[in-house]
Amino acid sequence: MHTKSLKGLVIPLVSVLAGFIVGAILMLIFGYDPIQNYQNLLIGSLGGIYSIGETLRNMISLILTALGFAVASKAGFFNIGGPGQYLIGWFGAIVFTLKFSYLPAILLIIGALLCGALAGGIWSMIAGILRAYFGTSEVITTIMLNYIILYVVNFAVKSWLASKGSDSSPNIVSKANLNTEFLQHITDNSTFNWGFFIALAVVGLVWFYFNKTKSGFEIQAVGLNESASQYSGISVKKTIIIAMLISGLLAGLGGAIDGLGNYENISVSNNLPNVGYNGMAVALLAAENPIGIVFAALLFSALQIGGLSISVYSNTPSEIVDIVIASIIFFVGIKYAFEIMVKKGWFKGKNKARKGGAK
Amino acid sequence: MEEYVVEMRHITKQFGSYKANNDISLQLGKGEILALLGENGAGKSTLMGMLSGLLQPTEGEILINGQVMKMDNPRDAKKLGIGMVHQHFMLIPAFSVLENIILGDEPTKATKINYKKAALDIKKLAEKYHLDIDINAKVRDITVGMQQRVEIMKALYRQANVFIFDEPTAALTPQEIEQLIKILRALAAEGNSIIFITHKLKEIKEVADRCVVIRMGKVIDTVQVGDTKEETLAEMMVGRKINFAVDKEATDKSETILAINKLNVEAHGLLKVKDLDMTVHSGEIVGVAGVDGNGQSELIEAITGLRKIKKGTVKLKGKELQNLSARKISEAGVGCIPEDRQNVGLILPFTIAENLVLKNYYQKPASQHGLLNYRKINELGRQLIKEFDIRSQGEKEIVGDLSGGNQQKVIVAREISANPDLLIAANPTRGVDIGAIEYIHEKIIEQRNAGRGVLLISFELDEILKLSDRIVVMHEGEIVGEINPKHTSSEELGLMMAGKTPVGQQG
Ligand SMILES: Nc1ncnc2c1ncn2[C@@H]1O[C@H](COP(=O)(O)OP(=O)(O)OP(=O)(O)O)[C@@H](O)[C@H]1O
Ligand SMILES: [Mg+2]
Repeated sequence: MHTKSLKGLVIPLVSVLAGFIVGAILMLIFGYDPIQNYQNLLIGSLGGIYSIGETLRNMISLILTALGFAVASKAGFFNIGGPGQYLIGWFGAIVFTLKFSYLPAILLIIGALLCGALAGGIWSMIAGILRAYFGTSEVITTIMLNYIILYVVNFAVKSWLASKGSDSSPNIVSKANLNTEFLQHITDNSTFNWGFFIALAVVGLVWFYFNKTKSGFEIQAVGLNESASQYSGISVKKTIIIAMLISGLLAGLGGAIDGLGNYENISVSNNLPNVGYNGMAVALLAAENPIGIVFAALLFSALQIGGLSISVYSNTPSEIVDIVIASIIFFVGIKYAFEIMVKKGWFKGKNKARKGGAK
Repeated sequence: MEEYVVEMRHITKQFGSYKANNDISLQLGKGEILALLGENGAGKSTLMGMLSGLLQPTEGEILINGQVMKMDNPRDAKKLGIGMVHQHFMLIPAFSVLENIILGDEPTKATKINYKKAALDIKKLAEKYHLDIDINAKVRDITVGMQQRVEIMKALYRQANVFIFDEPTAALTPQEIEQLIKILRALAAEGNSIIFITHKLKEIKEVADRCVVIRMGKVIDTVQVGDTKEETLAEMMVGRKINFAVDKEATDKSETILAINKLNVEAHGLLKVKDLDMTVHSGEIVGVAGVDGNGQSELIEAITGLRKIKKGTVKLKGKELQNLSARKISEAGVGCIPEDRQNVGLILPFTIAENLVLKNYYQKPASQHGLLNYRKINELGRQLIKEFDIRSQGEKEIVGDLSGGNQQKVIVAREISANPDLLIAANPTRGVDIGAIEYIHEKIIEQRNAGRGVLLISFELDEILKLSDRIVVMHEGEIVGEINPKHTSSEELGLMMAGKTPVGQQG
């Protein structure tokens, strides 16, 4: 129990701090003012209603892709398919909205979100099935599936959705837009949309799933000890497939919400959407804890949104933010080093009573 | 003043607010074999963890050759010549035996690992100490007994002069134990010092010079083994008299519970169980004796649905079970205490309560409509913890934090409380203390007396002789004989297990 709270807080906090320090040192070396820049970063991300709206909106897909990664990871799988699942979810939602635009708003939105989520789920489940029945490494299959879907979506957009000569699908009807006039009005015309509340609700659902449901119990059992799970009668194959399905559903939902609430269409793209990878980082920082994911997503989102304004207010390149983000991930990655330090009592005082629990 | 090789002074170790060791002092002389005796959870492994650098004491100091030493990690301890054979194996399943042995201590030749030299060194050691290991096998493919020998080899390979053996005999067969005892004697004769943890008093009597008895984290007494009787040791350890006799009522054995017919099972492409026939009746304990690796594991896995059956039938009360899923078989009424408690029997990061419902978490009352009812699960956990005397800090404690014997009790509690028609018990008392053995034996007999069938697989010949109504001997995947425990001795049984007696004829 104590071990969990230690790992759960000390390590991410120290990593974040270390990330900021690395960023500051680099800025000093290259002659930029770290204090001024971090101030600009804060103002740019949380300094006004508009920027808060943008930061919260940017959190939505980070939260959902991170949850998706976390679910697979609890079952012991490294699902790198987030970007592809997000993309197919986005695509699915836009297609549904375009083809059924005559439906009433509420049905249209629900249908589009379901369609996107399901597309993501099925796409990810392919990797699950391959893993369960043929033992194929999910790391490799999900990467391959990412590229397959990137080209399939590009082809479909270009040859099916977009009008001749265009690289983008038409925009969705405004009644399907999650970024309603009301929300625009109260957030200074930001892209903040209803999807944020959906994402928070999903956080609750995932937490509930892991802590209260039979199926969540099975996923964790398989992730922690496959032989013991088998011995206790859990169908490991089924559990793997379910975990990958849910994982993809979540990432797909992230894409669907961004499609309806932020982009309003879908375009041909050379690259896989970055958010899928950033979601993995968020999940790692949060040690895959659903509640922790909300806070980690807030941090990453603020860095991304605030980072845009760094280069607006000064001549500092906004890439410095990428360095901070990368450093944080790096420090989370070497958490084992921190764990040893914690164990050796480097953080004595605060955690004296807990020290022994670290193992 | 005499100088000790190891001296531990007033050692206290706290986990949170719980004192696992409370002001323990002990001394170890050169060439001495010191036994450490204590109930499950008494704090033996914890104490040795500190001597091997794995844990750090909350209070107290450790002296090596008269010098106060601080060991922050196992590497420090190794440098001081302390080698430990851990109770729970620290092997990497995907690596070969050779790689595991040299891990962290690889001989190098121009930055490359010199496997040839390592293999040669290990071979020499294996010959010197008569340790039978296959250095090319992958650890995940070898038996628990072989894993134990690999752990022992790891310590020998590292050329320590203080050896700590934490329950090395729990997973070994009698022949292997004899061999280990010879190794201990040889090591001591060469001037090495040894701390030896075991729950088997016979072994202490046989090999140790002195014995430190620990109860609930405190030293009760230190005695000269030569002047102390086994019963006295046992009483000191648990703090009460132990009843070694078992109470077997006459039972009605007319019903066939388990009927196995011409069973063939393969593992790694080899036929490990060959045309095996076996029956277990109601109210009967059938003991399977045999040298480790003669198909016992595969037999259990086949009955419980963890391994595919190539040919033959397995019937429980007339119902065919072969190649059903593990869950279907468990629901049909087969319970199993598996051989490998940490890798198969338990999910270590789960709580005690969660592990106790591992086989019925999906049924009422543990869950309903797909939702777990943690109130009920924890309540059930508390109940079984009390009933089976699992020493812990509560039902929400992580099983991985329990002492080895208490982990075993969690499995025993889960399997026996389900009251299966057929209970398969593979080394059910592996690593548990005498008091708990008495209790587990009582529980197994209770199952038998209630008219259920028990299939007992054990390397403890005494256990098999004591509990079984009938003993079958397994050799190279076949039943080579059947004997009546009343009319046999461990010696005769031992010979049959080695495949030396013609096919049995008594009944
Ligand atoms: N990391 C830990 N965190 C909390 N409690 C622990 C931890 N390690 C051990 N304990 C507790 O300390 C006590 C002593 O455990 P230890 O493993 O030393 O017992 P042991 O004497 O070796 O028993 P056994 O014969 O069963 O192996 C137990 O009650 C155990 O639950
Ligand atoms: Mg122990």
